[in-house]
Parts: sequence; structure tokens; C-alpha cells
Amino acid sequence: MKILVCISNVPDTTSKINFTENNTKFDPTGVQFVINPNDEFGLTRAMWFKEKQGASVSVVTVGDASVEPTLRKALAIGADEGYRIDALPTDGFFVAQELAALVKEVGFDLIIAGRESIDYNGGMVPGMLAHLLDFNYVTNCIDLKIEGPDITAIREIDGGKETLSTQLPLVIGGQKGLVEESDLRIPNMRGIMTARQKQLHIKAATTSENLTNDQQFSKPEAKGTVTMVDASDLDTLISLLHKEAKVL
Amino acid sequence: MPVLIYTETEKGNFKKNAFEVASYGVALAKQLGTSSVAIAFNPTNAAVLNEYGLDQIMVVKQDNLQGFNAKAYAATISEAALQIGAALVVVSSSADSKYASPILAASLKASYAPNVVSLPESMDPFTVKRTAFSNKGFAHTVLLSGVKMIGVANNTFGAHPTEGNAVIENFSPSLDTSIFSTKATSVDKVAGKATIADADVVVSAGRGLKGPENWGMIEELASVLGAATACSKPVSDLGWRPHGEHVGQTGKPVATNLYIAIGISGAIQHLAGVSASKVKVVINTDPEAPFFKAADYGVVGDAFVVVPQLIEKLKVFKAANA
Repeated sequence: MKILVCISNVPDTTSKINFTENNTKFDPTGVQFVINPNDEFGLTRAMWFKEKQGASVSVVTVGDASVEPTLRKALAIGADEGYRIDALPTDGFFVAQELAALVKEVGFDLIIAGRESIDYNGGMVPGMLAHLLDFNYVTNCIDLKIEGPDITAIREIDGGKETLSTQLPLVIGGQKGLVEESDLRIPNMRGIMTARQKQLHIKAATTSENLTNDQQFSKPEAKGTVTMVDASDLDTLISLLHKEAKVL
Repeated sequence: MPVLIYTETEKGNFKKNAFEVASYGVALAKQLGTSSVAIAFNPTNAAVLNEYGLDQIMVVKQDNLQGFNAKAYAATISEAALQIGAALVVVSSSADSKYASPILAASLKASYAPNVVSLPESMDPFTVKRTAFSNKGFAHTVLLSGVKMIGVANNTFGAHPTEGNAVIENFSPSLDTSIFSTKATSVDKVAGKATIADADVVVSAGRGLKGPENWGMIEELASVLGAATACSKPVSDLGWRPHGEHVGQTGKPVATNLYIAIGISGAIQHLAGVSASKVKVVINTDPEAPFFKAADYGVVGDAFVVVPQLIEKLKVFKAANA
């Protein structure tokens, strides 16, 4: 089984978000970039398939040279080889087309992406990729088992979960649950050293187009001040929620 | 060039978000001076949607489409969109819509913006405002292609009943059997319980509760308020509560009317995930907890004292205001 894990290079979850160039661009100053958490759960599940079921694991990112440290980290965690598609990821459809071109060229059976990236929150790349490749598709995936030709996946739905049966070739949109937080791996020195020897292929972009353009960004309005209520006076709290906030 | 709206059903009944997206789609069609058309799968009573001012309702009645199937539903909506020449497709932000929408967008080659919080800011260029950076910011996104698709963020536009007299028509898609190759085999969902996605009130608790055995009062508070229960990331990582309850940047976003946070200090990732909620109440022993800065109402106090009292007082309030 050949697995491709799609990785997005995103600001660390603790980052404060700022915009620059008259609010037309994200400001990366002082921001630590990491493997998108949803992708990291998928990568860790892929490592399980490699170790227990003999799968090969490749990783891919669409981005300029600045994303390479994140790809190298994925290699240090244990992926066999990396691909960087040398283009700025302008929108979800653009990225999906670039990934589809790579999958068609190299050939993979299982594509694991995150359910969404925590920066632009599009949640569309894995679904679009599945459509472009005509692969099966499960997103919000919290469990994935592959036994011979039979695949059982569980996805989170609103208020519960749903079990699905499917087959390869398959695209997964992963999230926490695919593995637990405690299963995530911190690269060790040996991993980091070996990662330097692993192949990182750089591919030119195909002639993909983007269908959307984030032309401007803004930040939420500053929050008003909090009204404190004494713990011995909860009637006042209820009254405020009823009469002032009108939510009771 | 009508607006096509995917109004979701579950076991024949329209979901709450169906009325919100119908209202959004009708308002959008008015702005564009075009007609609004809803599509629904096996609704028991399609006429319920008539209260939202639609021009037409396309009803898909097919046994193999009884339960949600992402590819089959996307293919059906795509075929309907092509048949009526839809210029815009409106969907919700439910788990199901977010599953089917990228497939639908790719098949229509539509410009798709999810998590949209209001009607378009501009018609030329066609620009929508959507949340980005996990609610830490907004992107103002231009949709470039001929067919455009909008995913309405939960609980932002609201449902706005208005008189309507829609034409109800059956629509039968021509689906290849291979499209059903991924199939749901079972669903694990508590019937009748409010979910984080559509509850008006969410009661959420964190490590301040000290252990999973103390969640009884959280469940009871939620039940008094008809609320969904949620939790912070550490609580779900510790296995005290199921992952499905984890709200925050890597969990679920919460856009409810009233969010009550108990024993949650307010890490930046949690604050981002709940920032779209309209009113936030924070109960915490630590007056320096960062969550108070993001709250509308705050109570400094021990959850084990405050929550039981709040439950009793709310019962009295509910009885008096029933």
C-alpha cells in the first residue's frame, strides 16, 4: 500500500494572527510554522500502517522553499520521502489539482489529508482531490482500519459518529481520533539525521488555476468589557442573561 | 440564473440549519434579482419550507438516497444545479454539508467559500466575508468563476420566516451505482439530544472539574437549559469526555447563542474556537483566568458551589417562564 500524506504548513495554534500590506497578506513575522495538526494525526496513523502493515509513506506540500522545514519534520517523524510542489497555494481548488497531478504521476492508493487546515479552514482539498481522482472519500475521519480489500472508517457527524465501509483507492480527511494526542511523535535525533538523507523531490506546478482570491483580511472587533457577577448573587446573572442578553 | 439551496433533512425532517440556509438563499436571490430554489432529499413534508419565501422546491424521492451519502448527494445536487442553470449554490456548515460540498464544488467547478458569515459584501467583484485562522480573523474572498458556492457559517444569518408559495416538483437524478462505493453501515447518535452544531446553548467544562466523575452537574445544567455539552482540549485528551465534545481550534467551532464555560482557563486555541458564540459566561475560581477577558459575564467562584446553585435557580426561572 502506497500512502501519500498531504501536509499543510500552518501557524502554530498559539499564534496571534496579524495581517500586513494594507491587510492583504498574512503577516508571518514572529510566527512559528508547524505541520497542520489535523495532518499530523493522519501522518501518525500512516506511520502505524507503515510499521504494522508494511505500507510506504510519502508526504507532500504545495509551497515555496519556506515550507521545507515542515516537510523535513514529517520525514524525521518517519515518512520515507517528500514532495514539494513549487507553487504558492492560492486556493483549495488549486492545491487539489496540483495534488491530483502528483497522485496520477506517481501512483498512490491511500491519500491522507487533514479535515481542514487551521489557517484558511477551507476543508475542501481532500474532497476536491477525491472528486478529481474519482477515489472514495471519507472526511472528519476518527478511525481507519484496513484489512485486505475491506476498509472500515468512522467519521464524526453532528452529535455522534457514523461507520462507513469503503475500499482503496481512498482519500481521507483526518482529525484527532485517527490517533490520540499522546500517540503523536516528536522527532528524535536519529530521525532528524536520517531525514537529511531522505529524498525531497521538487516538482514544478502544473498549469492549475485558482477559483477564489482572498483579497483582504480583517480581525474580529475588540470585545466589550466583562460584567462580573458575585458568586452569591446568581439571580442577577440569570436576570442579566434573560433581560439584557436575551439568551434565556 | 437561480440560487440553488441545499436544505438538509434527517429522517424526513428538515434540520434547523435548513431554515437558516433557505433564509440566506432567499435573501441572496432577492439581492441578485433572481429566483430561489431549494433541493431536499426525501422530506416527509416539503411544504414546511414554504414559510421561507422560496420560489421552488425540488424534492428527491429515492430509496437509495434515504441516508446521507456524500458522493451521491453531491452528484444529485450537481445535476439539479446544471438542470436549472444555477449561478449560485448555498449550503450549510453541518458535518454532512462540509463532507459533500467540496465534491459538489469540484464537479461544478464552482468557486467555493465555506464559513461565510453574511450576505455578499460586494456583487462586482463578488466578495464574501468568511472566518479564517480558526476564527482569529476574517478573509474577504472574491469568487471568480461563473458558478459560485457559499457555505453559510452556523447560526450567523438566522432563520427568517416570510410568506411563500413555492412550486414543489420532484427531481430524479440519474446516478451510477458505482457512486455508492462508500456506504454508511451504522450511526451512533443519541436521538433528541442537542448537538454542539445546532444547540442554542452549550455548557462546556474543563480541567477545573477535576475528574470525569464530576460531570453529572454539567449534564444536569445542560439538561435544564436544553443545551449541548462540550469540553476543553485537555479534558478530551485525558479521556474524561469523548473527542466529539472537544471545542477549540483543533476541535469543533462553537457558534451558539449562549456559551457557558466552567473551569476552563481560556487558552488562545479555545477562545478562537468559541469566539463566534454570541454571549459567553465564564465561571472560574481564578479571577486572573484569561477567559474573563473574552467573556460577557463572569463569576469568580468554585464550580462545585456555583453550578449546583445555578441549576436550582435556573429550574425556578424556567418553571416561572415556561
